[in-house]
Amino acid sequence: MNCLWCDEEIMLEVSWTSLVNPTKPKQICESCEKGLVELKGSRCERCSRVSSSTICEDCQWWENYHHGKDVIDFNYSVFSYNHFIQEIIAKWKYRGDYELGFVFREAFADHFHEKFGNMTDVVAVPIPLSKDRLEERCFNQATMLASFLPVPTVEVLSRVHGEKQSKKKRRERISSKNPFILSQKLNKAVLLVDDIYTTGTTLRHAASVLKEAGCPKVYTYTLIRG
Amino acid sequence: MVNNDLLVLHRYAGKLLLQKEVPFAVIPQNDFTKIPSIKRNLLYNQCQRCGNQKSSLFGVIPCASCSKTHLYCRNCVAMGRVMECESLYYYAGIAPDWTSYESPLTWNGELTPYQKEASHQLVQAIQESWKEFLIWAVCGAGKTEMLFQGIELGLKLGKRICIATPRADVVRELKPRIQQAFQDVPIQALYGGSEEKEGSSQIIIATTHQLLRFYKSFDIMIIDEIDAFPYHKDATLPFAVNRAKKTNSTTIYLTATPRKEHRLQIALKQLAHTYVPVRYHGKPLPVPQLKMSFSLKKELKWYNVPKAFLQWLRNRDNDKRQLLIFVPSILLAENIVSSLKKDSTIPFQVIDSVHSEDEQRMDKIEKFRRREIDLLVTTTILERGVTFPSVDVVVLDAGHSVFDEAALIQIAGRAGRSADDPTGEVIFLHDGKTDAMVKAIHSIKLMNKKGGFK
Ligand SMILES: [Zn+2]
Ligand SMILES: [Zn+2]
Ligand SMILES: [Zn+2]
Ligand SMILES: [Zn+2]
Repeated sequence: MNCLWCDEEIMLEVSWTSLVNPTKPKQICESCEKGLVELKGSRCERCSRVSSSTICEDCQWWENYHHGKDVIDFNYSVFSYNHFIQEIIAKWKYRGDYELGFVFREAFADHFHEKFGNMTDVVAVPIPLSKDRLEERCFNQATMLASFLPVPTVEVLSRVHGEKQSKKKRRERISSKNPFILSQKLNKAVLLVDDIYTTGTTLRHAASVLKEAGCPKVYTYTLIRG
Repeated sequence: MVNNDLLVLHRYAGKLLLQKEVPFAVIPQNDFTKIPSIKRNLLYNQCQRCGNQKSSLFGVIPCASCSKTHLYCRNCVAMGRVMECESLYYYAGIAPDWTSYESPLTWNGELTPYQKEASHQLVQAIQESWKEFLIWAVCGAGKTEMLFQGIELGLKLGKRICIATPRADVVRELKPRIQQAFQDVPIQALYGGSEEKEGSSQIIIATTHQLLRFYKSFDIMIIDEIDAFPYHKDATLPFAVNRAKKTNSTTIYLTATPRKEHRLQIALKQLAHTYVPVRYHGKPLPVPQLKMSFSLKKELKWYNVPKAFLQWLRNRDNDKRQLLIFVPSILLAENIVSSLKKDSTIPFQVIDSVHSEDEQRMDKIEKFRRREIDLLVTTTILERGVTFPSVDVVVLDAGHSVFDEAALIQIAGRAGRSADDPTGEVIFLHDGKTDAMVKAIHSIKLMNKKGGFK
């Protein structure tokens, strides 16, 4: 196996424990793995950002915006944003190097067990790409992430029109029209999956469509807290 | 042909295009030939754009566009993804004519006798359409100037010319110099992230990776620093270079430190070559001095400034020179800079480091050139292609495996580059002589001897 990022061969240390209890083959070498930094310490319980307050200011703003009840129950993210992960994401998502997504497989599954493992009867809903974007990239990174989880994936959301969210200012994004439509009601807890939580606007748009259709709980599970 | 059509042709003829890059709206579809993008063989697959055959550099993608699961190339994905479900295209219509210039050379400097000789042979190689020609010129021989008359002849004959080099830094440095010499000839510089992307000019200066976009395009292919290409490591580069050349073309290799295979070909007289043994200013190459220190490894482990280095620094010949320190790793570069800054005995005002992952590297190299940085600690990225007028050079831990013979010769070649200060000290600090050090010094002495110095 070669490291998916640097293509150096990954040497597996053979010991008694690894013979008896073989570990899954690593997708990324040790020195590259050091560049991926997991979120640690006290975080906002709502959005997973590193924060000393239980509910951070942004999330209080959101709660207020949604008249006292935020549309997402909480977000959980695995990694913090840094230059290295930004480069991996860019190559994976924008350049379209599909295989790079497997770098995150283990961590994304492990953290799911830790945070959501006790939830029964939950389904994963990936944030969709617009039709054009999907045609261009040939895969949706959120769908790939969802496939790493031991719960069923249902692709019930689609985008009305694919505007570039990142080009807009925060205010514009929040007040912009909800781009998602739901093709099927879900009467069970939903785990919305995406690669990155930046402002939380996109995820909240998706969550509110689900909640309006009667979904009891909406959690969001994201790889990175931007 | 209408002028506008010619512009479009210059842009697309001689290119290898992804399906989405093909201008079906502007050029009739019949003018393009399709080829499979990835060839499946019994034992290996091959990307037809970059030549990649390594299984770890192919990915398998469940493709939402064609609804099949198939291969894509991970090796050249940064230049747009090559998908198995899409063909590659090249233009196969009427070949566009390039301009035959009357007197394109606007440079009127003078060549040294050695440069003149090399230039003369290069002109002959182009005139007589030799297949290959190698110019072996010591560091600081002024090889760019030696190219001018050859390029001039190529332009007079209406040929398309490419200068390829392994590093973007070198492309950026060459562009203004070539443009200055051929002021009326359109020249584009192509590298990852370059402003110019079209690749439609008669002269192209490009990193070798950018050649992946070309198909039988160039009459004259000049490959700078041929020894710096990790040919044995990365099969992409020879693959790309070969495809970018026209079937009948002349390839010129430039090197200061030819690798074994080229030296062998030269010895066997299988490769026409010329040798330029003297720097343009006529002074010999600085010969490195070895400085042994038993405590070196221990000092560097704790990122301490080595005592042997400080000792040399106190007694160096000319304390007006800037200092360039080469180290084997990025980590060491960054950490040794903090130690150097803390040391009050170091007589330099501005101390900084630079390496391949440094986002400000262009800026720092420029500052060092303008003498706004006095001491620069660098990894091997500054080993070749860059010129500073007046520096001393130190290699910390010259015994490290990243410093092979060619690297050490190149590093030593950074000193004494200008006519105003044609010498400079080169210090190899080590804790045990290596073959590479001994060979590098031997080679440098030999080159000086061939240049008529004793
Ligand atoms: Zn790696
Ligand atoms: Zn929060
Ligand atoms: Zn390829
Ligand atoms: Zn496909």
